[in-house]
Amino acid sequence: MSEESKYLLEVNDLNTSFFTDAGEVKAVNGISFKLEPGKTLGIVGESGSGKSVSAYSIMQILAETGRVTGGEVKFRGENILNYSEKQMQKFRGEKISIIFQDPMTSLNPVFTVGYQLEEAVLLHTNKTKEEAKKRAIEMLTLVGVNEPESRVKQYPHELSGGMRQRVMIAMALCCEPDVLIADEPTTALDVTIQAQILELMQDLQKKLGMAIIMVTHDLGVIASMCDEIMVMYGGRVCERGTADDIFYRPAHEYTKGLLRSIPRHDNMNEKLVPIGGTPINLLNMPEGCAFCPRCDAAMKICLTEKPDEIQIGDGHTAACWMNIKEAFEAQEV
Amino acid sequence: MLKYIGKRVLLAIVSILIVSAITFFAMNAIPGGPFNKEKATDPAVQAELESRYNLDKPVTTQYVLYMGNLIHGDWGVSLKSGREIWPDITSKFAVSAKLGISAMIFATIIGIVLGSIAALTRNKWPDRLIVFFTTLGTAMPSFVLATLLLLLFCLELKWIPVYNSSNPNYILPIISLSVYPMAYITRLTKTSMLDALNQDYVRTAKAKGVSRVKLIFVHALRNALIPVITYLGPQIAYILTGSMVVENIFTIGGLGSAFVTSITNRDYTTIMAVTIFLAILMVVANLLTDIAYKFTDPRIDFNN
Repeated sequence: MSEESKYLLEVNDLNTSFFTDAGEVKAVNGISFKLEPGKTLGIVGESGSGKSVSAYSIMQILAETGRVTGGEVKFRGENILNYSEKQMQKFRGEKISIIFQDPMTSLNPVFTVGYQLEEAVLLHTNKTKEEAKKRAIEMLTLVGVNEPESRVKQYPHELSGGMRQRVMIAMALCCEPDVLIADEPTTALDVTIQAQILELMQDLQKKLGMAIIMVTHDLGVIASMCDEIMVMYGGRVCERGTADDIFYRPAHEYTKGLLRSIPRHDNMNEKLVPIGGTPINLLNMPEGCAFCPRCDAAMKICLTEKPDEIQIGDGHTAACWMNIKEAFEAQEV
Repeated sequence: MLKYIGKRVLLAIVSILIVSAITFFAMNAIPGGPFNKEKATDPAVQAELESRYNLDKPVTTQYVLYMGNLIHGDWGVSLKSGREIWPDITSKFAVSAKLGISAMIFATIIGIVLGSIAALTRNKWPDRLIVFFTTLGTAMPSFVLATLLLLLFCLELKWIPVYNSSNPNYILPIISLSVYPMAYITRLTKTSMLDALNQDYVRTAKAKGVSRVKLIFVHALRNALIPVITYLGPQIAYILTGSMVVENIFTIGGLGSAFVTSITNRDYTTIMAVTIFLAILMVVANLLTDIAYKFTDPRIDFNN
């Protein structure tokens, strides 16, 4: 290993495109972030903002038409984008695992829960079938599935959504990865189950010490459990900072808009303000700020030039021209 | 499971009864009979023959008598040859089955392999080639293909003799029988494979670190085979029965050609026997398909 970095995962200027018949869809346009061991990073954004694609790019499990077109993904200092498919197979599930949005369709319907768990164990360890089965039961117990001995013989369709998501988590964690990517893990679940799953993930993080990347469009989910939050729009990072920065001192017009559009206890009697317009067409990206066409505070410069991430506070940045004054002030001091 | 099979067997008996009744009455409704020849037979002989085979009785009585005998395992004698029908059917069925099963095995294996290749090379040249030939294969009726094969390999190239009564060559009949199901299975496998490969669970498996080969042949193929199995069952029965044309073209003495001959001869007992035999075959094939379905797709629940 060249230089011992304190970061587990470093993503630098990641670009991902999908090459469709209609043209190149630029889903991710130069995002960067760093993740320390045991920490939680939240990625928020609406549908099509590139948050899931970023996650899939790291795992290199993009759909056939998708390709990472630039940047690097460093795991413990090594750029995994240079890995061969064989090396990636070893890497996936062992170093970084992912759980998906829809537990109803994410498990193979024709194999038992036990088979699917054991397969994950057998792929990355030298355990025998018998030991793998033991490990599967152990993991199911850990994620709070009742009667794990009989569950391993069941098929996914015999389990509820919440149970299936627990199985997915068990499967992702059975080889004790360093990073767990959770791609909207609670979106398809009932609200009561959502809370249980989030709590379970936090619990497991304490027990196993993995870092978590939480991808979601649900600000409520993120507020409670993330060390750092990254807000994405149009495949770019709009704003990043701690939960306090994002929720109490939002600096990007898009973040502000997002916060205005969620019901809170203190705006119960007011009308919610949705963000106007529709998400941008990734086939035809505007020249300037991606959010400009929907932004109430848009200026002339927003139309023509992309704002860089501007430092606002310690670890708090926003890619919005509205903050240029603060940026200058910060420099003058 | 047993309860389900029992229920299906009962239903099968009903279907077979209906098939036998329709055939029996339709067959008798057509003017003429087994002993009507172009040259008129002596009326006394004609009457004697008809009474011997109960043909002088009302059709309903005939049907009841026939079914009564059948229940006791008596398939009757051929009105044409006077021989017992049952041994005849089984020996001819053995020939048809050999032909049909070889054709189906050939079609299934090649079909699944070609279908998988087409799915994995979608829109590239192997896929386009496969699509071209499968379109041709599904569009060409087996009698056209059989005739063309006969023309090419027997008459032009002279690789295979046109007719050999002692040791018939099965290669050409197998090819002509299997091309259509093979093309169909290829297309079916391709579509359902593409569908399966885009499913979330394949992505999950990939994220787990499963290799590409295992991804395709374990995680996707097992799911992709479900529609193929649905098609296979009835197709097996169909190919065992539907090979009349091919059997006739290649002069192979199977059940198919026996059926055609019995119809032209107005050989009532043989027509009935072959029809009922084929109906049983069809019903059994369908039942086996449904049971195979259960083993491929655990979501199928026979109790509901």
